[in-house]
Amino acid sequence: MKKQLFALLLALLPAAAIAAEGELPYSMEPDLHDQASLQNGMKLYVNYCMGCHSMEHQRFSRAATDLDMPQGLVEDNLIFSPELAFNDQMHIAMQPDDAENWLGAPPPDLTLEARLRGSDWIYSYLQSFYKDPSSQTGVNNAVFDQVAMPNVLEPLQGVQEKVCATTDKPIEGQEPDSLSGKYQSCDVLRVTEEGSMNPDEFQDAVYDLTNFLAYAGEPSRLKAQALAPKVLIFIVFLGIICYFLKREYWRDIH
Amino acid sequence: MGNPHKAKAERGVMRWVDDRFPATQMWQDHLSKYYAPKNFNFWYYFGSLAMLVLVNQILTGVWLTMSFNPTAEGAFASVQYIMRDVEWGWLIRYMHTTGASAFFIVVYLHMFRGLLYGSYKAPRELVWIFGMTIYLALMAEAFMGYLLPWGQMSYWGAQVIISLFSAIPSIGPDLAQWVRGDFLISGITLNRFFALHVVALPIVILALVVLHIIALHEVGSNNPDGVDIKKKKDETGKPLDGIPFHPYYTVKDLVGVAVFLFVFCVVIFYFPEGGGYFIETPNFEAANPLKTPDHIAPVWYFTPFYAILRAITFSVFGLEAKFLGVIFMGGAIAVLFVLPWLDRSAVKSIRYKGWMSKVMLALFAISFIILGVLGVLPVSPGRTILAQVCTVIYFAFFVLMPLYTRLEKTKPVPERVTG
Repeated sequence: MKKQLFALLLALLPAAAIAAEGELPYSMEPDLHDQASLQNGMKLYVNYCMGCHSMEHQRFSRAATDLDMPQGLVEDNLIFSPELAFNDQMHIAMQPDDAENWLGAPPPDLTLEARLRGSDWIYSYLQSFYKDPSSQTGVNNAVFDQVAMPNVLEPLQGVQEKVCATTDKPIEGQEPDSLSGKYQSCDVLRVTEEGSMNPDEFQDAVYDLTNFLAYAGEPSRLKAQALAPKVLIFIVFLGIICYFLKREYWRDIH
Repeated sequence: MGNPHKAKAERGVMRWVDDRFPATQMWQDHLSKYYAPKNFNFWYYFGSLAMLVLVNQILTGVWLTMSFNPTAEGAFASVQYIMRDVEWGWLIRYMHTTGASAFFIVVYLHMFRGLLYGSYKAPRELVWIFGMTIYLALMAEAFMGYLLPWGQMSYWGAQVIISLFSAIPSIGPDLAQWVRGDFLISGITLNRFFALHVVALPIVILALVVLHIIALHEVGSNNPDGVDIKKKKDETGKPLDGIPFHPYYTVKDLVGVAVFLFVFCVVIFYFPEGGGYFIETPNFEAANPLKTPDHIAPVWYFTPFYAILRAITFSVFGLEAKFLGVIFMGGAIAVLFVLPWLDRSAVKSIRYKGWMSKVMLALFAISFIILGVLGVLPVSPGRTILAQVCTVIYFAFFVLMPLYTRLEKTKPVPERVTG
């Protein structure tokens, strides 16, 4: 009966987890060991995001230590506000009340965004802006419909538009083309005006930015992973010793 | 072996203490001369593991309290402060959050052991009732602790559960307001939950654990055969099938501790969010009274009862469905208290009970797990029917127990434990 119960539990839990997730166009695996990517991600963050989005819980100094950046370099290149010091958290100057008046809703703090929405979501969202003249900001987003945020990465990405084209992604209710195996869709996003980066470079930049957000969500992750094997090996040895101790004591119990 | 002078001095110290406090007596009564049946199996690890987790929760809790700020303005940020700026704060917090779920896992397995082997039956009714009261206090402790990080799910989970009080006719709304201390969940609620979580309830739980163990050691431990080991004693008065708890079960439990710690540490170090079940994803966003999350689910260890609450979708005798749901949810827990008097079987252990008891216990366990899964998921018509079926099975297990335990044919119980 035990086995049946566990089988049932195992069968049901993943179903529950999958049901909660929607379809995202892109996915990425954060690499917290890639210091260059994380450093570039932080650079992009302070240049393109931090005008509006704070990281109230992330200190510049902690990032400098974890991402192996000298204090002087961080102070000269990543801290723009004269009111912020190296040991401060990554605050922004915009007051939440003002933000609400200007933008309708204050831009959220992004310290924990990667843990709240997941890195796949951020990675997809940042690549899914497209031109939409009917919107106030001139853009909409395929992942977050009617989003209030403008496409701040447009100078890098260029202008992306929805076009009718073929795609590899299956479309519901549509058979793939028998020759090419592709589908027809008018929701395909394509860059129509080049930015300063080509599509591959832009995707790499978004990867780095997302990677940095994944780091900021849990700066202790690498430390935890480094400590884990030591603790687990200790426990295994403890377990072995306890097992033989138990066997020794129980030798005469029948 | 050893230095005879040192040994003599130690005896002298012990005598001095024993003349003033029954230290040796207590050591013997509860450990070195407490005779436990020698045939404990896998299911008997979870009592000592519950103690281990309790100690973990108290110690990590004390250290969290040192840096936690119990105000609506500061709570969320102070948790992040612990996670980032406090030395080893992330480890202490993950030990506490994972410990909360681990506590319920070991307690549910410990309770299931009681159901399997009839550990609630005479003369262990009080052991069971003290244990159930611990479970009740633990649910209150976990519920109040969950509000403290002041995330979205903390806030809205508490909002949903406290609003259940308002379903009680006439006094309901006032009662809910009295519990909250405000018209809605606010810093006032957070403050009182903090006081209850870190002071009042831990004291209650510790006192109940002492009562649980004193009652257990008074009557002696049950075993997988449900045989009374005190009936067969040797010439010195020691039970033939009993062995001193220390050292035999202390060393055996240490093996269980090592296995438990291995799994516990894998979760802490690699999966501290427990797939969104130990730390729920919406809790990475600070509480916002103006923004209701799309889907509110209590933490997994409450979901079986939450599913029972939601399964009641109809009103009877003019009683509102929500109020009936609250009654059924409360009843699902209350009925466990009278379990010792519902079981009329001549035997204790499932090993010697008839097929009806076995089928009912299996159905009960399966329906409890299904209810737990349903409680996590959003409602749909099909799921509501499934929850209603499982609710019926849950209650049938108890309500029909006096019948099937009396009617069924039991197997003969051996004189001695079978190992």
